[in-house]
Amino acid sequence: MDNINVLVDTLKEKFSSKISVSDDGQSLVVSSADIFPVLKEIKENTQYNFLADLTAVDYPERMEVVYHLMNIKDAGLIRVKALLDKSDPKIDSVVFLWDTANVMERETYDLLGVIFEGHPDLKRILCPDDFEGHPLRKDYKVEPAVRQ
Amino acid sequence: MAISNQESGFRTQEFVLNMGPQHPSTHGVYRAILTMDGEYVVDVENVVGYLHRGMEKIAEDRTYTQFIPYTDRMDYLAGILNNWGFVMTVEKAMGIEVPERAEYIRVITGELQRIASHLVMVASMALDLNGYTPWMYAFYDREKILDLFEMICGSRLTTSFMRVGGVPNDIPEGFIPKLEKFLAELPGRADDFDNVITGNEIFVGRTKGVGVLDAEAALSFGLTGPNLRASGVNFDLRKAQPYSVYDRFDFEVPLGENGDSFDRYNLRMLEIRQSARIIRQALDTIPEGDIMAKVPKVLKVPKGETYCHIEGSKGLLGFYLVSDGGTKPYRLHLHSPSFVNLGAYPKMAKGTVLQDAIASLASIDIVLGEVDR
Amino acid sequence: MENFFVNIAGLIRDLIAGFGLNETLVYLAMVIVKFVAVLVFVLLNVVVLVYMERRVAGFFQERLGPNRVGPQGTLQLVMDIFKLLSKEDIVPAGADKFVYKAAAYAIFVPTILVYMVIPFGKGMNVIDLNLGLFYILAISSVTTMIIFMAGWGSRNKYSLVGGMRAIAQMVSYEIPYVFSFLGVIMLTGSLKMSTIVEAQQGVWFIVLQPIAFIVFLIAGNAEINRGPFDLPEGEQELVAGYHTEYTAGRFAMFYMAEYANLLAMAAIGATVFLGGWQGPWLPGWLWFFIKMYALVFGQMWVRWTFPRIRVDHLMHLNWKVLLPVSLANIVVTGIGIKVYQMVRMMGWW
Repeated sequence: MDNINVLVDTLKEKFSSKISVSDDGQSLVVSSADIFPVLKEIKENTQYNFLADLTAVDYPERMEVVYHLMNIKDAGLIRVKALLDKSDPKIDSVVFLWDTANVMERETYDLLGVIFEGHPDLKRILCPDDFEGHPLRKDYKVEPAVRQ
Repeated sequence: MAISNQESGFRTQEFVLNMGPQHPSTHGVYRAILTMDGEYVVDVENVVGYLHRGMEKIAEDRTYTQFIPYTDRMDYLAGILNNWGFVMTVEKAMGIEVPERAEYIRVITGELQRIASHLVMVASMALDLNGYTPWMYAFYDREKILDLFEMICGSRLTTSFMRVGGVPNDIPEGFIPKLEKFLAELPGRADDFDNVITGNEIFVGRTKGVGVLDAEAALSFGLTGPNLRASGVNFDLRKAQPYSVYDRFDFEVPLGENGDSFDRYNLRMLEIRQSARIIRQALDTIPEGDIMAKVPKVLKVPKGETYCHIEGSKGLLGFYLVSDGGTKPYRLHLHSPSFVNLGAYPKMAKGTVLQDAIASLASIDIVLGEVDR
Repeated sequence: MENFFVNIAGLIRDLIAGFGLNETLVYLAMVIVKFVAVLVFVLLNVVVLVYMERRVAGFFQERLGPNRVGPQGTLQLVMDIFKLLSKEDIVPAGADKFVYKAAAYAIFVPTILVYMVIPFGKGMNVIDLNLGLFYILAISSVTTMIIFMAGWGSRNKYSLVGGMRAIAQMVSYEIPYVFSFLGVIMLTGSLKMSTIVEAQQGVWFIVLQPIAFIVFLIAGNAEINRGPFDLPEGEQELVAGYHTEYTAGRFAMFYMAEYANLLAMAAIGATVFLGGWQGPWLPGWLWFFIKMYALVFGQMWVRWTFPRIRVDHLMHLNWKVLLPVSLANIVVTGIGIKVYQMVRMMGWW
């Protein structure tokens, strides 16, 4: 993980209070409404223009969508987090910035139920189309396999 | 169904061809819904998930050690690299220093695994173009690597060789002479393989200029590993941010020029030779010492998040580990290169003939165990 | 030894004539006897060829090939045939049943008919037609339609694409294939197979027509859908192409027809370009056999070495390479014949 503070300083000018640094000093935290402009700014005006990973984590109090951006020159990584309301997990899609977000967002939607607004074809990818629930959510009940 | 009228008034109709999940060249249970206009592919839709085992969910219910065997069921052609990526993530999160000898053993087996995985790729690429003979050639060599794995860890395919803090077994007796023999033969074998297929007029004609992805598109589609380097982007994690002991070895990162199927194929052939070079150097400089660090019996990862990736045989294999301080991961996200690389397939295949679509699919080297996890 | 089979035929003929039949009936009976003999010959050879192909493939691929059933695995194919015949015969629900079934029987017919005019040795053919070569070309082009019947009747998209490919490929390659023989026909002035063989008394036509021979090998390979030209089957794209849906006995028919076609192609090549039964020391039929198998081995070599060609390259090769080359060959042959005649006439040589 690269030092996030350098990046924060450059971004502060434009986004001022909309961005902050997480408690452990490792990630850039953005509210879900601002994710698209922030990522666009990072992609276009910094070295971190490669989307290495996109996923989400279901915490007890909130949902977090986690972006890992990479600097293709020296493989430096930064982590950007968007905080989502659990009852209404919606966030802007970043497919227009990176084509690769297409499959990753579908996967995140499938497994965690995060709705990516503006995604061209948001449907299940790993689970069957008629699958109910989102398995990686903590409230998803796994039934023990029936042994015969 | 779209009906297109050509100038002559001759009416043609597009049809949908369901390629897979059972098909000779989808490399597993992958399905592509092809919209075809005669021999031409008009549209491609990827359908994956037939091999989805919910590994991320399973990980939440397993201890860190218990999860190691699951990782080599992801990319079952490169089990050791997957193990390595996972244990490296846990080591990074716990701050464990791995003994040098263990790192060298990891490099040797990891690069052997990379050669084996690339051999399967070039073999199946040849096979998808109906070259049965090169396929057999490559599997003959891979067999020898699997024999070596059997010597060092007792299993051939699903190795589960790495442990958090090192490796479980030291190099056994007789392993090094056998490996030396293999390394001595490999360049000749690779040249033989090149003679059989790489220079073949039909092969070149079928792969050059097919499934082209330029550097910009490759980056946008998040391709990594050989697929990205074939498009001319010089990015190899072993060079860009050397993990383990890769900074001590002298090797080159081969690059492609056009980003077509031929480059993606040929890059693997070149990387096989470079991996052999790394193993050669590692064998010459391997130090004596422990193979396991002092690791507590029960692994407890401190609370926090870790993202760690390695240069897998298909691309960047990433692990995003969220720990709540317990013995099991709170959340483990597996970033698999095949899954991402497959996302670029529709762009490669659109507008080409069916045979080219098959060649492009073979050239991105997917493993369905890793795509679906 | 030279006339071993001819003598056997003579004995059978005498035997039939002994029943007191008239000349025409004896002739007809002999045709049937010869036909059965050829059929048995072809089927036996198919067995040998399949075994040979698998061993040759093993040889090229650093492995053994079948070596468990019987001595050196020779009984492998017999077992395979038993297995195929004992399997359930499945007709797809949506198939055009008549066409689907008919194709499996019909596929073997043109192949067998081709053998009718091939001289296996001196005087060893079923019928020595005046239009022998023409007959072969006419009969073998029927295969195209049968393959399309199989592709259409199966009602499977892979099969249909395979059938379409077969039509495009076989109709196109028919042209250089025919043209490759024209040079030989111009040299002999006859379409009769026995005349063509006898004309090669001194020098084989492979020497006089080397380019035609190469065109014949390539176009012939494409005609029988083998080697780099197996697009209608195209396992990696089309699963098994036109015979995807065939199982059990019907599949066996397609499988055997493929090898019977291979052998027919080799037999035609041996007759037209390699001097047929001509050769020193050994009996004629043995020479023919050796030449035929040499060609078969060549075809297998090609098949296990080259990857499959692409559809557009296939057409490119045909229309832009093989066709002009074979046409040029005809022109050069014509000029050559005239020059030769002039030289002879002037008494310069």
